Amino acid sequence: MIRVILPAHLKNLAKVSGEVRLEVPAPTAAGPVTQRLVLDALESRFPVLVGTIRERDTGRRRALVRFYACEEDLSNAPPDEPLPERVAAGAEPFIILGAMAGG
Amino acid sequence: MTGVRILVGTRKGAFTLTSDGTRDEWKVDGPHFGGWEIYHLNGSPADPDRLYASQSSGWFGQLIQRSDDGGRTWSAVGNDFTYAGEVGEHLWYDGTPRPWEFKRIWHLEPSRDDPDTVYAGAEDAALYVTRDGGQKWQELTALRRHPTGPGWQPGAGGMCLHTIILDPVHPDRIYLAISAAGAFRSDDAGASWLPINKGLRSGEIPDEDSEVGHCVHHITQHPSRPDTLFMQKHWDVMRSDDAGANWREVSGNLPSDFGFPIAVHPHEPETIYVVPIKSDSEHYPPEGKLRVYRSRTGGDEWEPLVDGLPQANCYVNVLRDAMAVDTLDPAGIYFGTTGGQVYRSADGGDTWAPIVRDLPAVLSVEAQVLP
Repeated sequence: MIRVILPAHLKNLAKVSGEVRLEVPAPTAAGPVTQRLVLDALESRFPVLVGTIRERDTGRRRALVRFYACEEDLSNAPPDEPLPERVAAGAEPFIILGAMAGG
Repeated sequence: MTGVRILVGTRKGAFTLTSDGTRDEWKVDGPHFGGWEIYHLNGSPADPDRLYASQSSGWFGQLIQRSDDGGRTWSAVGNDFTYAGEVGEHLWYDGTPRPWEFKRIWHLEPSRDDPDTVYAGAEDAALYVTRDGGQKWQELTALRRHPTGPGWQPGAGGMCLHTIILDPVHPDRIYLAISAAGAFRSDDAGASWLPINKGLRSGEIPDEDSEVGHCVHHITQHPSRPDTLFMQKHWDVMRSDDAGANWREVSGNLPSDFGFPIAVHPHEPETIYVVPIKSDSEHYPPEGKLRVYRSRTGGDEWEPLVDGLPQANCYVNVLRDAMAVDTLDPAGIYFGTTGGQVYRSADGGDTWAPIVRDLPAVLSVEAQVLP
């Protein structure tokens, strides 16, 4: 079970409150849980979020969206890199944020 | 009693304003999608409770929302605006080629007959259509693949397709306008397109007879005179009486022929409205006086409408999609400003009053008459 925290605007779009809990199947029993797998599972459960976190055409993180976990900024981590063990174990949430920017 | 609903898109959400036929007292609902830019909000002529909204954010991109109950509740629908086939290139500001890149939907134009059919104008310029209420969108590719397409260049606000007119008499005829490519017409439901910019004079273009490259701000049409079109261009108010084949200037005695919106009276096809603003860089009313100008002669002769509008210290703008008319008699005229005011006239423009004064900057205004 992976815990995901969405920013307020995306909670509204997904019509959820609080954390989202996702079953994220790893490619193999011993395979790592990655950012890509988490976001794939999130978009699969909430199709309205397709294109709001990652660009629809390239799959890249949108420029003003950030990913944090375990007090680390994972925004620029490769999408197939394993997430921290505490995230994979559900002990810590994977946090999606709108970056601080004017407007 | 017949009512009116005004659909308002703003920089930070959508609002609906409703009144009875007197248009004296108004109920303001919103914001819907608070914090998001709502470039356009429009209703189906065939089903006034079917609304569509274009929602965008610098953080999270854009979505299309649909309401089936007149704006009380909304659900996101399809949002896959893919450029079909080879993407191709257009010109960038520096004159170099750049691939088409989808940014947002500027304008939604529902079919006159079918609530599930809607046309959408995109930035970078492309035309899409849905026939299932917004679940799936298909690009009408002939526009972007027009031979002039590689030469299109964005205006200051981007290369946006902002005006879509579905001709009420010729079912396969569509007009549209793109900043800063110009105006186009299709007579075969979007299968092919003809640039209709003859007679436009754009001093910024070395070749004044250029087929494209004109900064058209908005076009309007009266349903009973569909071959007559009125255009507010970057500079100049223009008129065509042959479905856009030829244009002539009708700016006449306007204090400035620069502006964004243009509207036509619902019952008088020769009565039109513009909001002149000062130059192309200052973007506010001359002398700080907010004045709608009305022509009852189809252009050339214009009268200022000032009763109820601020005549001192007013430096707002009125954007291209932020003026609308209802079809009651006497006609209602509405416009929204970048200062967040929405004004209404219930007597064809003679007198004005604010419906609401302190919304976020208004991007679009549409008017619906309710049964």
